[in-house]
Amino acid sequence: MKYVALIYSNPGAFEALPQAERDDIMSQADAFLKEFTESGELLGGDALAHPSTGKVVRVRGGVPAVTDGPFAEAKEQLAGYYRLDCESLERAIEIVTHDPAARLWGVEVRPIMDSAGTEM
Amino acid sequence: MTRHVGAEGLLRRLAPQVLGALARRYGHFDLCEDAVQEALLAAALQWPHQGVPDNPHGWLFTVATRRLTDELRSEQARRRREETAAAQVPRNELIEPANGDDHPTDEDDTLTLLFLCCHPALTAASQLALTLRAVGGLTTAEIARAFLVPEATVAQRISRAKQRIKASGVPFRLPPQPERPDRLRVVLHVLYLIFNEGYTATSGPDLQRSEFTAEAIRLTRDVRRLLPDDGEVAGLLALMLLTDARRPARTRSDGSLVPLAEQDRGRWNQACISEGLALITGALARQPIGPYQLQAAIAAVHSEATRAQDTDWPQILALYQLHERISPNPMVTLNHAVALAMVRGPQAGLELLRTLDDDDRIAGHHRLHAVRAHLQEMAGDSAAARASYRIAARRTTSRSEQRYLETRAARLTEPEQ
Repeated sequence: MKYVALIYSNPGAFEALPQAERDDIMSQADAFLKEFTESGELLGGDALAHPSTGKVVRVRGGVPAVTDGPFAEAKEQLAGYYRLDCESLERAIEIVTHDPAARLWGVEVRPIMDSAGTEM
Repeated sequence: MTRHVGAEGLLRRLAPQVLGALARRYGHFDLCEDAVQEALLAAALQWPHQGVPDNPHGWLFTVATRRLTDELRSEQARRRREETAAAQVPRNELIEPANGDDHPTDEDDTLTLLFLCCHPALTAASQLALTLRAVGGLTTAEIARAFLVPEATVAQRISRAKQRIKASGVPFRLPPQPERPDRLRVVLHVLYLIFNEGYTATSGPDLQRSEFTAEAIRLTRDVRRLLPDDGEVAGLLALMLLTDARRPARTRSDGSLVPLAEQDRGRWNQACISEGLALITGALARQPIGPYQLQAAIAAVHSEATRAQDTDWPQILALYQLHERISPNPMVTLNHAVALAMVRGPQAGLELLRTLDDDDRIAGHHRLHAVRAHLQEMAGDSAAARASYRIAARRTTSRSEQRYLETRAARLTEPEQ
């Protein structure tokens, strides 16, 4: 089963941390990624740039409108994601508990849909 | 030298034989597996241009042995550099037979390999990847494409699996007799998983994966040839054939799913059905009866009905009752409820489903809600059926199942008068 882990954080709060603490978190995150990539369960992911760099695109009546969007003001922001391919949701949750982001903020685990299916 | 069109099929068939012979002779299963992969790759590059050698097995064995020897030498050199005081191993000892002069056949080797790749200490993902590569002769890239994961992930799973096997210290031989029934069950389960990966693939990005049904059938045929007296092996092969026979009818050209009752039975593969029927008829005569034999027997009853309404549901019901007795699990209960509804009416089926509401293994599962929806629809309770279809549609992680369930719900939007 494939899952995506979505990391929601408060970018302001992270920036406010002392440099040493931020470095420590980053190295913990690297160790986490390495461990579960090597177990063959973490399929990779990406960190996202600061929400202030994002744009929201809406096309209405064929006319595109690009804005900074209302999402930029939300306190919790999508900061990054990674994909997992593991035995079960329970296992996915267990893996995510090792992610420093889960300890500091919150990580949402959602199944990724597949086109394979069983007729009924 | 002959030009060969089916070189790929030949390579896949030879892969476990060459690996088996190599591992039996030299030990070091992990290094042998890499060496054989390299030999297969070399063959895939060279044979199309230079023709298939007269003795392809010998060619592969020689190339793989050379790679293995190189690898063992460089490993030894590494070790020598690291521990200068270490006693020097004579060079020829590296390529001396590892244990005695026993010469089992290639067939024995294939079975030994399957037991090793499906070692219970490995995760299911690793068992699948290692079996497909070491026994099925597929490349890491092919496996990765089929599972829609990065190649590096498959490589990690295979190398993890091999490390585990190495660490467990199991020798390259068949497991001791008392362990064999349990170990065989794991092998059959892995083959069943490979089959299902292929069978449930619908279209588009899954197409690569659909080749796994043929691969699983091929490997199960091998096991059947080696263990002709095992009823469950025959049962699994029959189940695969009878299920795969429906493949041309189970999806529409747009990839959407067609339920069994609505399938165009004229499109079922009759050759597969005949073979499956013959197998299961023979296997049911053997005791003890296991879950694969029963599932194959149920599939056989479906395959014998020319039209859905001709299905012998009382016989299917009796088979599910037996299945619940010998290996109860919630998925069996779910199917049992459908058979019960077909024989005694939807209320009887719905009543049996209620026993699953408190079963954590299935309570939140979309299949429970989907079956309930079908039975509610059968009972004429459109509003309840619609709600159950919607819950099922929200819970499934399959886009094609979701589409099917949403369509069923939409069909019930206007309550029937």
